[in-house]
Amino acid sequence: MSPARDRDPEGSTDETGGRVVLAQAEISRALRRIAHEILEGNKGSEDLVLMGIPTRGVPLARRLSDALHDVEGVEIPVGTLDITMYRDDLRSQPTRPMERSQVPEGGVDGKVVVLVDDVLYSGRTVRAALDSLADLGRPRAVRLAVLVDRGHRELPVRADYVGKNLPTAHAERVSVRLSDTDGTDQVVISGPATAEERA
Amino acid sequence: MKHLLSIADLSRDEINEILDTAVSMHEVQHRDVKKLPTLRGRTIINFFFEDSTRTRSSFELAGKWLSADTINLTGKGTSVSKGESLRDTVQTIDAMGVDMMVIRHMASGAPAQIAQWTNCSIVNAGDGTHEHPSQALLDAYTMRQRLGDLEGKHIALVGDLTHSRVFRSNVLCLTTLGAKVTLVAPATLMPAGIADWSRADGIELSHDLDAVLPTVDAVMMLRVQRERMSGGFFPTAREYAVTYGLTKPRLSLLPDHAVICHPGPMNRGLEISGDAADAAQSLVLDQVSAGVAVRMSILYHLLSGDRTSEGSAA
Repeated sequence: MSPARDRDPEGSTDETGGRVVLAQAEISRALRRIAHEILEGNKGSEDLVLMGIPTRGVPLARRLSDALHDVEGVEIPVGTLDITMYRDDLRSQPTRPMERSQVPEGGVDGKVVVLVDDVLYSGRTVRAALDSLADLGRPRAVRLAVLVDRGHRELPVRADYVGKNLPTAHAERVSVRLSDTDGTDQVVISGPATAEERA
Repeated sequence: MKHLLSIADLSRDEINEILDTAVSMHEVQHRDVKKLPTLRGRTIINFFFEDSTRTRSSFELAGKWLSADTINLTGKGTSVSKGESLRDTVQTIDAMGVDMMVIRHMASGAPAQIAQWTNCSIVNAGDGTHEHPSQALLDAYTMRQRLGDLEGKHIALVGDLTHSRVFRSNVLCLTTLGAKVTLVAPATLMPAGIADWSRADGIELSHDLDAVLPTVDAVMMLRVQRERMSGGFFPTAREYAVTYGLTKPRLSLLPDHAVICHPGPMNRGLEISGDAADAAQSLVLDQVSAGVAVRMSILYHLLSGDRTSEGSAA
């Protein structure tokens, strides 16, 4: 992750007319800062496990692990945590395919699990993730790292590590695009979202 | 999707979606906590008018592992034995507010008929000689796990085709997934009209098991139902075993990568020898293990999601 394209994101737009609020350089800077904060909060890298929430939490968790490796020189295990079966809106949404959960070797028992997701919004995904995690084991502590916190919480949930706080209107739509899944690194705010995108 | 009555109602994409979800469900089976909260508060009745071990217990486990409440009923011991009609019985249960009935019935078409009479989701768990869709899905799942995508794979179904609902669902499922299917049976156990049916779908027929075995990726042996053996379909059980059974000498005709399936219960020494059933390439126990995962996936697809806009699409 070289900060090659370091440009001022303010005012620039993507091809669909959305406002780019974070570009590649800011995203990797935010992840590096979060890596430092995690190490600081945990007083080192001991017992850390990163669990990415699909879809984009998974590549973010991997990048965060790389950033932790750059700082501390140790491999932090990365897993994925599928929350589909734990959602509270299964009966009001079209059927979703279930993704796979992958617990890194060593499990989560007694570990400090950092949940990683792209956008923190209603807090319902995190609620589901906590339930899902409880069925996999008993971590010593659970933390939450997100790239973007856009507000509008519906549950008493907060993030421990935030890449950027983005004040948004309810109707606006925040899209996180990552090179792993979307071919480019950017966070974009665009016009009113349709109902099913409020995930 | 509200009901699962026949594989013919499923598109290739729908089948793949059920199988993909089953992969994730299968992993849950190996956890310490084997329960997902997905169908909490839903009620499933397993109504089995015919005997069953694996289908009934795996549907029950599937429901329980998804946190649904499940109740088992059999034809015996219910008001059916007091002479209540099928319609009255299922409407009584439907009126209690259940979300799904899993039905096994000796009459072909009974689940489809019950779907007309009730409001809940209906799953066909085997009806007469018609279909057994969940079995076909778990067979496809098991073969796909071992062989990869079934597109272009050659699969032989061997045995009593006339009386087999498993075979009917399997042919529909496998051809929908793009597999090449060869049906092997004595002429007396081939259903009437199968020649037209097979020509339309590019299915091959054969009476020579030895010629087919070297070309397959998978061979599925179908149970010879004991109650059929007095029906004059073949001279003796011994002759059937020699001509159409997967005997030890026939094992060596199979390509190395080929796998053996049997939907169970097996008649060892008749359609499948003990050597074949216990061979390394036998997937019989994998099929049972997959049964719960695939049925969890079926329950999830039928009972989750917003169906208000869908109407009663079957």
